[in-house]
Amino acid sequence: MSETAERVKKIVVEHLGVEAEKVTEDASFIDDLGADSLDIVELVMAFEEEFGVEIPDDAAEKIATVKDAISYIEANKG
Amino acid sequence: MAGLMAGKRGLVMGLANDRSLAWGIAKALHAQGAEMAFSHQGEALAKRVRPLAAEVGSDFLIDCDVGDMADLDATFATLAERWPTIDFLVHAIGFSDKNELRGLYVDTSLDNFLLTMNISVYSFVAVTRRARAMMPDGGSILTLSYYGAEKVVPHYNVMGVAKAGLESSVKYLAMDLGPENIRVNAISAGPIKTLAASGIGDFRYILKWNELNAPLRRNVTIEDVGGAGVYLLSDLASGVTGEIHHVDAGYNVIGMKAEDAPDIALA
Repeated sequence: MSETAERVKKIVVEHLGVEAEKVTEDASFIDDLGADSLDIVELVMAFEEEFGVEIPDDAAEKIATVKDAISYIEANKG
Repeated sequence: MAGLMAGKRGLVMGLANDRSLAWGIAKALHAQGAEMAFSHQGEALAKRVRPLAAEVGSDFLIDCDVGDMADLDATFATLAERWPTIDFLVHAIGFSDKNELRGLYVDTSLDNFLLTMNISVYSFVAVTRRARAMMPDGGSILTLSYYGAEKVVPHYNVMGVAKAGLESSVKYLAMDLGPENIRVNAISAGPIKTLAASGIGDFRYILKWNELNAPLRRNVTIEDVGGAGVYLLSDLASGVTGEIHHVDAGYNVIGMKAEDAPDIALA
């Protein structure tokens, strides 16, 4: 697993209070991890802070799974 | 516990999470000995507010939709059951359709204009009226505004117009309630990345611009806002009402870009 993936998963586990095993790359934040719409906004803010990336609204709307988040961050981090 | 707020209790409305301006204020009030109740809207926010309230020694949460006058009545009835009187109230509430917090103000819809005014302005009048009834010995009421009320800030649009209405309401309410020694003030905070701010278009640009051009050459924190909140809610500000107090690293005094600030472009 990449370092980015590790850090993304750690943030998701801490923020959503879910077990680490459940945070697979295919896990959907809303359907599998019990996130609500505010959680998504908060997670995006946490990712931006952790990785120094900017995730505009139109990109954030497309982040549905853990993998989506990792891919976006890896493609856009400075 | 000794402190500027020792023996004082009040209601904090609109706490969302640990980035909220209301959280900066609640933490600072707690450090000075205040007792607080928290109102939130719905279970999604309750699960965020509950642990924060616990951190400041409170288990007093009330579910409240400020757009519903019957719900507001019920909220203050619940508050009064436990605390017959209060000393302060913090109103940290605003709402607008985020699709209209980008683009042009001229395109604002009637529905969103009315909704924004209702939740962001009238709710302050409505809670002030109900808080007044619980402040027989005077009190202090605080709301939160932003510079977009005074001058045009890109994308702030209808929320700027609402904040102008809110700031004007602060002054009228201060006059109404002054004879009862109830003070009404607002903090106009510089931009801070909160849950609410995430709905504002190009917010990062606003943050960067303020950081580069404010006299203090930085953005403000929720702790900065908390300190000013304690001042306005405590007896330190006993002679202050109807005031729009800027906590913005000085940005509001600036007339043009700082010479040493780099030209920045939208990312």
